Amino acid sequence: MALIETQHLTKVYELGESTVRALDDVSLTVAHGEFVAIMGPSGSGKSTFMNLIGCLDVPTGGQYLLDGIAVGGRGRDELAEIRNNKIGFVFQGFNLLPRTSALENVELPMLYNGCPPKERRQRAMEALKAMGLEGREHHHPNQLSGGQQQRVAIARALVNRAPLILADEPTGNLDTRSSVEIMELVVKLNRESGITIILVTHESDIAAFSRRIIKFRDGLVVSDEPVKQAQIGDRR
Amino acid sequence: MIGIPSTFKISFRALRVNKMRSALTMLGIIIGVGAVITMLAVGTGASEKISEQMASIGSNLLIVMPGSSTSGGLRMGSGTQSTLTQDDAEAIARECPAVSDVAPTFNGAAQVVYGNQNWSTGITGTTPGVLPVRDWSLAAGRAFTDQDVRNATKVCLLGQTVADNLFGNMDPVGQIIRIKKIPFMVIGVLAKKGQSDHGQDQDDTIIVPLTTAQKKIFGTRFVGMVRAITVKAKSADDLAAAETQINDLLSQRHRIGLRQEKDFTVRNLTQMMEAREQATQVMGLLLAAIASVSLLVGGIGIMNIMLVSVTERTREIGIRMSVGAKTWDIRLQFIIEALTLSLIGGVAGIVLGVSGSKILSALAGWPTVVSPLSVLMSFSFSGLVGLFFGFYPAYKASLLHPIDALHYE
Repeated sequence: MALIETQHLTKVYELGESTVRALDDVSLTVAHGEFVAIMGPSGSGKSTFMNLIGCLDVPTGGQYLLDGIAVGGRGRDELAEIRNNKIGFVFQGFNLLPRTSALENVELPMLYNGCPPKERRQRAMEALKAMGLEGREHHHPNQLSGGQQQRVAIARALVNRAPLILADEPTGNLDTRSSVEIMELVVKLNRESGITIILVTHESDIAAFSRRIIKFRDGLVVSDEPVKQAQIGDRR
Repeated sequence: MIGIPSTFKISFRALRVNKMRSALTMLGIIIGVGAVITMLAVGTGASEKISEQMASIGSNLLIVMPGSSTSGGLRMGSGTQSTLTQDDAEAIARECPAVSDVAPTFNGAAQVVYGNQNWSTGITGTTPGVLPVRDWSLAAGRAFTDQDVRNATKVCLLGQTVADNLFGNMDPVGQIIRIKKIPFMVIGVLAKKGQSDHGQDQDDTIIVPLTTAQKKIFGTRFVGMVRAITVKAKSADDLAAAETQINDLLSQRHRIGLRQEKDFTVRNLTQMMEAREQATQVMGLLLAAIASVSLLVGGIGIMNIMLVSVTERTREIGIRMSVGAKTWDIRLQFIIEALTLSLIGGVAGIVLGVSGSKILSALAGWPTVVSPLSVLMSFSFSGLVGLFFGFYPAYKASLLHPIDALHYE
């Protein structure tokens, strides 16, 4: 069974008189363990697609099955629960809580699923350690570099053992070296832990880390093809 | 669902970040709670003082006063006519079943002398019934008897103030004092009673047998005349019955027809005091009500700051939602934050209110009583204010759309 399956997924915004078809009849599947990059110019519908996949928004038409669960027609709290269990988010702007230690930032998702405090702490420590942030647990975001902040965010995305990580331009605010570091971490997660990654980017060298690139334009999927092994070879 | 302890932790952190703002917001609640407690303390203090005075005057009392005399068309006011007699008092004691004790009084002022000390004080001639009527006891010696009243014996009971002024630390019992140059033997000293409701020193008095006051000290216009009769009813429930019985009896004795104006009045002292106590209580509650308006204003201050806080932290709300915070997780967070503000303010307000009452007592001399109930009430009221005014901002926060919240700059 596919992890993600969309059938005729459509999102229409009503803006006064005019209607905008931000996403127009998109049907695709992503299997467990895939690493997909989503590309497209701004306004192409890739963000809308990510919001729908991430259960942050509901479609106006079509169907979306996440890990076999039909997401359509669910209420806010049900969507929140699905996000909590199934999805880890990594954002361009890191989106860590300010004035809050790395450890507590990573604990955040477990705060909302009734995880006991002791286990919460332990799992957050492990996740930070896996991201190479041992010894930085009590640093606040403003005491960490961009790359380190993004690693905290990835630790947060991982900590609930979600099968899917949605990364929205995760390297957009990082320098090249940190970008490569982050991308290598993401590749490692995908290869070693089998976590499905969906990555939005407009940089082709970042997209090249993935195995499959889906391109959007005007709310439609214009191309969906695997990354050639040669390309991976080139990058290395 | 998020746990309450974690939520409190989040709230404390959020409030610590804006220390000044949190403190100023709390100030509204602090002043509100403090004012409510102080005002209730002033109200309770005043009415307790009145109850105390009521107890000191004696309970279940009726006072019978002579009517007003009319002189050339001028009505002279209550007590100016001399229509009450000792016989009236005896008749009341004998014939009114609702009455337990009667004390006719005939009073005046006189200079009293002992050795080289002298003192001017009120002299009350009365019967032995005065002690039970006024719930008064003796500190030393004995009371005079009906025999003393019949014989107009020259004996007297001293109030504490008089005893202190004439005798200092000496025991007055058995000593001879002179009232208007007439020698009297002190047979007893009255227990201390304190101030009356008019602020009069009730212990600045000498009590003598009624007939002694009438015949030997002051003299009367006619034999047996008394200035007032104080009557004690058997119980609070008998007060009304006693009043009717006395009215009927005296009307009959004074031969007053149904249409005629009575030449005496019966006043219910207890009722008057109760009315005053009620008025004081109403006053106290009114003050507290006004004070609670400031608590309400404090609550609006909390709502205002919470709304600002929700706007400022829109992104934080978005982050929390994206990692799985549900509607009530977000609501609870902001409600508890408001609650924390108002409850900390409440505790500080209690401290302010209690010390404010103490200071008021010390500086203005007002009696204040801080009742535990008023503390509990204003504390829970501040909690309710926090809940009530915290709810709307929390509700607003919980309705944010996760995407909009996440991208809020």
